[in-house]
Amino acid sequence: MPTLTRWFIKTSFIYLALALVASLLLAVQPLLNLTSLGELFSVYIHLLVFGWLTQLVFGVVFWMFPKYSTEKPRGSESLGWWTYALLNVGLILRAIAEPIQSVHSNPITGWTLVISAALQFLAGLTFVLNSWNRVRVK
Amino acid sequence: MPRLSAWFVRASMIYLLAGFTLGALMLAQDGISYDPAIMTALPVHIEFLLVGWLVQLAMGVAFWIFPRFGLGLPHSRGNVKLMWISFLMLNAGILIAALEIWFASLLLMGRVVEIGAVTVYIVGLWRRVKPHGGPA
Repeated sequence: MPTLTRWFIKTSFIYLALALVASLLLAVQPLLNLTSLGELFSVYIHLLVFGWLTQLVFGVVFWMFPKYSTEKPRGSESLGWWTYALLNVGLILRAIAEPIQSVHSNPITGWTLVISAALQFLAGLTFVLNSWNRVRVK
Repeated sequence: MPRLSAWFVRASMIYLLAGFTLGALMLAQDGISYDPAIMTALPVHIEFLLVGWLVQLAMGVAFWIFPRFGLGLPHSRGNVKLMWISFLMLNAGILIAALEIWFASLLLMGRVVEIGAVTVYIVGLWRRVKPHGGPA
């Protein structure tokens, strides 16, 4: 398995664990009156579906999809690393800023969310750009 | 990969981009509140990413890699026509369901078409859930 795929998959496992921690916090939030933690549901869903599931898919696609060419079997490796970086920086910024913004709305977390949104979108775009030509009919 | 899988996978990538675009616009709205109306796109964001991206990708890849009925045989992947119908119904269902933003009643119709698509898909793939080289 390529190095980039290993990073995608291992990072996705960490997000799976973090998502379940977030779900635990969601469960205890009303019981312990932890409203200061802010809105966690969106963070939980995105850690699970984006951080774990989609990131796992990205890693496996990079590894298993048909080869792009003999010289570049997996397309652009550097674009793949950009996808990894954009996805994870975007998601971490979101996981930090979104709960804060929900209870103490301010320009810093507000613009952090805008940057996070752009990074996550670019992660999807770079993934599609790198994978599109590997979807080949044989 | 077979032509049908390529269509499933490429369609799933288009939904990934569409879903990410809506998600980014909504997250930015949470940050700087430029147009609250964008939040009405939440159900479409979920529809595109769960059904359009993840479910459709899984359907395409499963049709590609599941055990076949003998390599090189004309119908080694089962009834391909049935699976094309499933592909068309799934994408019609997603698009119809997405129109709920403007016509709420279309959500029900979209869901029914999606259920039909998945039912046809399961019927078409059922016998390929078997050991490699073994009987159906």
